[in-house]
Amino acid sequence: MKSSLLQLDRVSFSYDGLPVLDDLSLTIGRSQFISIVGPSGAGKSTIFKLLTGAAHAERGRILFDGDMLDAGPRHFAYMPQRDALMPWRRIVDNATLGLEVQGLSRKQARRQVEPLFEEFGLAGFEQHYPAALSGGMRQRVALLRTVVQGRSILLLDEPFGALDALTRNRMQLWLEAMWLKHRWTVILVTHDVREAVMLSDRIYVLSPRPATVAKVIDVPLPRPRLRDAASRARASAIEGTILDALFSPQDDDQQRPHLQGGSTQ
Amino acid sequence: MPSRASYRRNTPSRAFLIRVLPALIAVACLFLAWEAYCDLSGISPTTLPAPSHVFAQAWANRQGLWDNLLPTLRATLAGFALSLAAAFVLSVAVDFSHILRQALFPIFIISQTLPMVAIAPLVVLWFGFGLMPKILLVALVTFFPMLVALVEGYAATEKELEDLLGSMGASRWRRFLLARLPSSLPYFFAGLRIAITYAVVGAIFAEYAGSAKGLGIYILNAKNNFRADLVLAAVMVSSVLTLLLFGATLLLQRILAPWIIETKGARR
Repeated sequence: MKSSLLQLDRVSFSYDGLPVLDDLSLTIGRSQFISIVGPSGAGKSTIFKLLTGAAHAERGRILFDGDMLDAGPRHFAYMPQRDALMPWRRIVDNATLGLEVQGLSRKQARRQVEPLFEEFGLAGFEQHYPAALSGGMRQRVALLRTVVQGRSILLLDEPFGALDALTRNRMQLWLEAMWLKHRWTVILVTHDVREAVMLSDRIYVLSPRPATVAKVIDVPLPRPRLRDAASRARASAIEGTILDALFSPQDDDQQRPHLQGGSTQ
Repeated sequence: MPSRASYRRNTPSRAFLIRVLPALIAVACLFLAWEAYCDLSGISPTTLPAPSHVFAQAWANRQGLWDNLLPTLRATLAGFALSLAAAFVLSVAVDFSHILRQALFPIFIISQTLPMVAIAPLVVLWFGFGLMPKILLVALVTFFPMLVALVEGYAATEKELEDLLGSMGASRWRRFLLARLPSSLPYFFAGLRIAITYAVVGAIFAEYAGSAKGLGIYILNAKNNFRADLVLAAVMVSSVLTLLLFGATLLLQRILAPWIIETKGARR
């Protein structure tokens, strides 16, 4: 296995006295694509809050490249749920937002971003306002804004959740192709099990709140996966495993999801 | 049947005309009904003059109306500028400080409960018959709607935008400038449209309470001379002034925040 770039080690967090994360551990290596799936409200997005510094773990350690994560340099580029594009900024200025916050002038930032519009399928739309773009295009702008920040790890928080099914599939295909080309290190939070299987090297299935890792599933399927019929068949078997893990009652001591687990509270 | 292309050929000015046409027709109907009532009922022109009579008198007294319009316009704009500046500074202050917000908001609300009839003569008593009391009264009536518009606008900022900027390492001040301030613009312009109509009424009332010149004092003098026609002429002038200022706020929004219209257009 590759050396780990980021490691969450038995991290716990509670919000207003309500435990949200409990002894949660996960690891991601460089250029890996991992997904976190879990029931809604399980605290998937809380993990991103811990990483971006919006919240702090109560117990446990977060290691980046072997060192404790601190308030110093930022390692993460975050893409929030929905696209969070600013309606008053043109597409090009939305894409450069992160670079401007980093201190680049608008001109420098534009120079850095402009060559990427072609690849993101946004050429010709630089001067449009976000309202003029379709949902799929807006998501590509949001991803472009995330990628150009040049951070080590991309945090994608249910990026395609608000799209219609067809657009979502198309975006997944596109993201897979982009990932194969760029090999970003990605943590994807999603409630779409199929999406997780299609895109990830490894999937962490969370338990209901307080969230802990209920199951870790490696996905050894060859890529690209989405267009290949044989891959799809094996993928649906993995999907089944994940769904079983999500719907089975939890056994707190062993964290071993099984359908027959009978201990009801 | 008109083809789709013929719709698209509508120029902006023609589209504007089509939009305001129903309103123009409605206003014309009102004036016609008024005119007809005056003709048929034989009511005395000193009680209710016909609109044709009002227009004629307005034209005959155009110099006096114009001379009194300018001070009102000056008081309106100066008072409104003061109100905008104060509302902006204080909205930023309460956005950054929760304690300031709790301390000041009750005072702002109380300022809205003051009856103009009582306050206007007092302000004239304190500051005389010049421009100052008008500026203060216009500011008093327009400050609160503008402040509320701005504060609510800041609060309407999408949470995801703030999270996003936070993840990028933006400071509180940077987040305000990049997200909260622009997010407030649609609210700001909505507040501006409401407040500008208050502003004209506020200026006229302040003049009514004591002044050397202005539409307010013109109305008072006309009333005292039993000239209902000139009262109505001055009222029409003030209405036109309000409409023009209202139009100016729309134009300002178009220029400063064109994306507000674009957003609406896409949703339609």
